[in-house]
Amino acid sequence: MKLEAHSLAIGYSDRLVGRDLDVVLATGEVLALLGPNGSGKTTLLKTLLGLLVPKAGEVRLDDRRLGSYDSRERARLVAYVPQSHQATFAFTVETIVLMGRTAHGNLFSRPTVSDRAVAARSLERFGIAHLRDRPYTMISGGERQLALLARALAQEPRFIVLDEPTASLDFGNQGKVMREIRSLAASGHGVLFTTHDPNHALRAADRAYLLRDGSRIADGPVSSVLTCEQLTALYGATVEQVTDASAGTSAFLPG
Amino acid sequence: MSRSAAPGFAVALTVLVIGVLIAFTVGRYPIALSDLFSVILGKLSGRPPDVPPIVENVIWQVRGPRVIAAALVGAALAVAGTAFQGLFRNPLVSPDILGASSGAALGAVLGIFFSLGVLAIQSLAFVGGLLAVAAVYLIGSAVRSRDPVLVLVLTGVVIGALLGAGVGLVKYLADPYNQLPAMTFWLLGSLAATTLSDLLPLFGPVAAGTLVLIALRWRMNVMSLPDEEARALGVPTGPLRVVIVAAATLVTSASVATAGIIGWVGLVVPHMARSLVGPDFARLIPAAALLGGGFLLVIDTVARTGAAIEIPLGILTAVVGTPFFIWLLTSVSRTWS
Repeated sequence: MKLEAHSLAIGYSDRLVGRDLDVVLATGEVLALLGPNGSGKTTLLKTLLGLLVPKAGEVRLDDRRLGSYDSRERARLVAYVPQSHQATFAFTVETIVLMGRTAHGNLFSRPTVSDRAVAARSLERFGIAHLRDRPYTMISGGERQLALLARALAQEPRFIVLDEPTASLDFGNQGKVMREIRSLAASGHGVLFTTHDPNHALRAADRAYLLRDGSRIADGPVSSVLTCEQLTALYGATVEQVTDASAGTSAFLPG
Repeated sequence: MSRSAAPGFAVALTVLVIGVLIAFTVGRYPIALSDLFSVILGKLSGRPPDVPPIVENVIWQVRGPRVIAAALVGAALAVAGTAFQGLFRNPLVSPDILGASSGAALGAVLGIFFSLGVLAIQSLAFVGGLLAVAAVYLIGSAVRSRDPVLVLVLTGVVIGALLGAGVGLVKYLADPYNQLPAMTFWLLGSLAATTLSDLLPLFGPVAAGTLVLIALRWRMNVMSLPDEEARALGVPTGPLRVVIVAAATLVTSASVATAGIIGWVGLVVPHMARSLVGPDFARLIPAAALLGGGFLLVIDTVARTGAAIEIPLGILTAVVGTPFFIWLLTSVSRTWS
């Protein structure tokens, strides 16, 4: 199954943010979206999620126009993981994860026993089953991000779209979230995430999509797209690459 | 259920029962608890109870309608406050956030100004509340913004201020000896004039609106998340917001039309309910209804008996609500649990 966009123009009612964008995301692969602040990453993300209407062009999901899905149908195929946030009310972690089951019930229904089982498996998979009864407002930022990942998985979607999943996480949790993104792709999900750190794309993504001023400047396998030249062009700042010859891994350093 | 809500519900139910007992027994004509029980038992079994007729009269004719009205109005304001706080993702919101009370106030003072009957004044208040919220909603939806909820709140504040100016104008023009006291009394809230015939027009809208909110309880949980997140979870937030606002407004307008403007109940009671049973709307709405009913019954009993004259309800709820809210801010505000 594919989530794809053709000659997409994105933006809000009063301004155009980007144009001529083609994006393809297949199930089982991870695509990283990189770009400087204000390049239109979040706008593109929300358009691909169906939360914003394209200004031109179209988004297609499973060969059908995304706009023709109703919100429940769409939510059973595409899940959204926002940046981890503070909730207004102190719902338990389990309740937050159960909210992922909303699209599987009708307008008046509450989560069923089988919904609870799905939520429990999802919590288990991300290693946060012990947080089940804790208020979402009382856990750490890293734990909140994992809870939101568990909620997305409980939605049983084919695609998972994450907005800066590693922002405001400590070093250890960044690595954990990157590993979970890889494992989601391994279990057949198509994953799209935005990040400010090219190393995260290098670590977790199959392909990278570079966005600058609302235009695509590169799209392809991370090994060919993530180079010093491309990143220098993308961020307008010098980038240095360091390589560990024995392990065959490399990383980028800013400045 | 992960955390048992049973103890919380037991507390809420106890508050309501105590409220009912106090409201029936305390007053200028005190009634013993045993007399109250034998009158109720007598009504149930059909045998005339062994009490003076005046006791029966006080219970059924004098206090009965007022007790039911107080419980319904308190429950209605608490339920509406719970719904609006969730919808606006803000624990400081009260049921008049979208102008329901100010619209009702303008309707009522106009009715008094034109010397209409009680029923006409109540109808004007009810319609005024609905119209004000409808106007706020239409204007708010016409403004295209990335944050529809914030626009709605700001529109409510602006329209509320305009309606408040209208109320001020009518009071300024009113006859200061005959009309102004009636207006002031109405604006401060009272159940003193409640009769049996008030109960059906109050019960109908309150029950209908509350049932709609209970039916949507899980969707309301999801809608207390940011709008885009709720939509991505499969909730059509736009249409549902209209339904929830309409239901909560129906409930608010019916109670304001009966009892006038009673502040604080819709703001404070949802917090008490949340601390008893947690934030899940499935439990929160019934718990808030029980607590709100009990709370206003106690307040209304004090209003009847606390002084030689009737104390307006709005004044008492403010006196009780303010310290409670300050305590809330200093102790549990971090989580709003």
